[in-house]
Amino acid sequence: MVGKNKTGQIVLNIIFILLCVAAVGPFLLLLSSSLTDEATLMREGYNFIPRVFSLNAYIYLFSSSMKIIRGYGITILVTLAGTTLSVLMTALFAYPLSRKELPCRGFFAFFVFFTMLFNGGLVPTYMMWTQTFHIKNTLWALIIPGLLMNGFYIIMMRSFFQANIPDALIEAARIDGGGEYRILFQVVMPLSKPIMATMALMIGLGYWNDWLNSLYYITDDKLFSIQAILNTIITNIQFLTSGQSSAASSVNLGNLPSIGIRMAIAVIGILPVLCIYPFFQKYFVKGIVVGGVKG
Amino acid sequence: MAQTAVTAKKKRGRGRSKMTLALFSMMLPGFIYLIINNYIPMAGLVIAFKRFNYSQGIWGSEWCGLSNFTYLFRTNDALNIIRNTIGYNLVFILLGNLLAVTVAIMLNFLKGNMNKKVYQTLILIPYLISMVVVSYIVYGFLSQDNGFLNNLFVKMGREKISWYTEKKYWPFILVLVNLWKGFGYSSILYYATAIGIDSSLYEAATVDGANKWKQVWHVTLPGLKGTIITMVLLSIGRMFYSDFGLFYQVPMRSGLLSSVTDTIDVFVYKGLTQLNDVGRASAAGFLQSVLGFVLVLTANFIVRRVDEDNALF
Repeated sequence: MVGKNKTGQIVLNIIFILLCVAAVGPFLLLLSSSLTDEATLMREGYNFIPRVFSLNAYIYLFSSSMKIIRGYGITILVTLAGTTLSVLMTALFAYPLSRKELPCRGFFAFFVFFTMLFNGGLVPTYMMWTQTFHIKNTLWALIIPGLLMNGFYIIMMRSFFQANIPDALIEAARIDGGGEYRILFQVVMPLSKPIMATMALMIGLGYWNDWLNSLYYITDDKLFSIQAILNTIITNIQFLTSGQSSAASSVNLGNLPSIGIRMAIAVIGILPVLCIYPFFQKYFVKGIVVGGVKG
Repeated sequence: MAQTAVTAKKKRGRGRSKMTLALFSMMLPGFIYLIINNYIPMAGLVIAFKRFNYSQGIWGSEWCGLSNFTYLFRTNDALNIIRNTIGYNLVFILLGNLLAVTVAIMLNFLKGNMNKKVYQTLILIPYLISMVVVSYIVYGFLSQDNGFLNNLFVKMGREKISWYTEKKYWPFILVLVNLWKGFGYSSILYYATAIGIDSSLYEAATVDGANKWKQVWHVTLPGLKGTIITMVLLSIGRMFYSDFGLFYQVPMRSGLLSSVTDTIDVFVYKGLTQLNDVGRASAAGFLQSVLGFVLVLTANFIVRRVDEDNALF
């Protein structure tokens, strides 16, 4: 029995190692190809092992194309601003919703829940943002449409407040003369770090990875985020050097390492996420768990 | 004495309304946002019944009855995109949940904390990246001249395959990519439910002489039932929706593949931005929204009848 159990564990571990290889392996193709010499790539194609090691793709990316650096800047700016605003607005909406004293509470809860069941879809949404709000080719287009608030996150946060903040605590803070804003920011939020971290992480990831808003609303390449650049160069690698007047780029155009550079830029797009992820992993797993239970 | 009680009550009353005002003011930005971002577009669905004209906007354009819908169904496009959307979703729901439940159960029986943590961390990684990056990874494998697979085939003395023009491979590729990207997330979701199952149930089963398979069948699966129903219900409610990135970016927008890769979302996007075909796009979008809504209500109604605790609402 014990022996059988042990082999069972070994088999399980082997299965999981295979699953992990399946999950992570494809990234190695990306990474190794980005580190391979262009001539080798031309001859042998993308591979899991860099036969002839070279950093040329990365050097090229950062030295001769301002677009990547600019794109990084846009992505970071949008992610920081969007996440801050979004977490703040979600908390400001979720806290009153968690209070029994709120008049018409049922109505507001339904108001949020209904957005999860029904929506207008792309055509009216696109028309509204472009024709009424003239959001096309502005930074707002990357922050506001769709991503700023989400019914699911509001309900998640409300449920957390309800389950974890005792009514008595809030009553006590009120008796001490604390206004609602002070109670939210100085009592409720500090006690809700797990949900705040989870929200910030999921919302932040949503902004970092967003390419849809760029696709819909941005045509001016000055406002391209990293994801939008990736989206463009998969079919048009010359985008990186187009419209640049600097002599360096026109000289280099001939030896644009176009095969390797595609993979290098994709690596650049995911590297920050992969670097930050291990530190937030426990919150992330917790967030999935919280997100899995209905509100 | 009585008077002070009355003033105190008044004071509390004033405090109450001040509090209510503060609570409402907190909700105001979010309320306005949801009205604009979610509710106005719902009203904008009427565009499906209008002959859209850019200079007049949604509200000013002329009504045109059902002509957008008859135009949509004149060709086979409509049936094709609906078939693709529902077909892929059915396979995704079936295989995705099967794989995730299996992984979750295996994770549950696995011993040791360190290895468990490492496995959990690694299988979640594909979930963290955008579909655009996924399309690069797929391109790395399938590119005609530089792709890993074609170069492997050449080395083995086989013919190259022109992946991005051959329809027959794509149903498998899309299912594989979808499973790869999502299995970590849903596995961990089910795993979280599985660790919540009362361990005395397993002990009782062991005492009764149940082996591991029997334990899975009689303890773990019943324990996961509620979560499985909720997840399937949520996906059924999204049956008319698809991951736009998966169907548009991963096949590299290849027109030759469109009969097997176009879903309602791709069709609507193309109609709106490339073909300047707002009429058909809005009709398809309208069907998507309304049928999706009907479906989620129906699915919930059925679950409510069978097993009320697991209904969504």
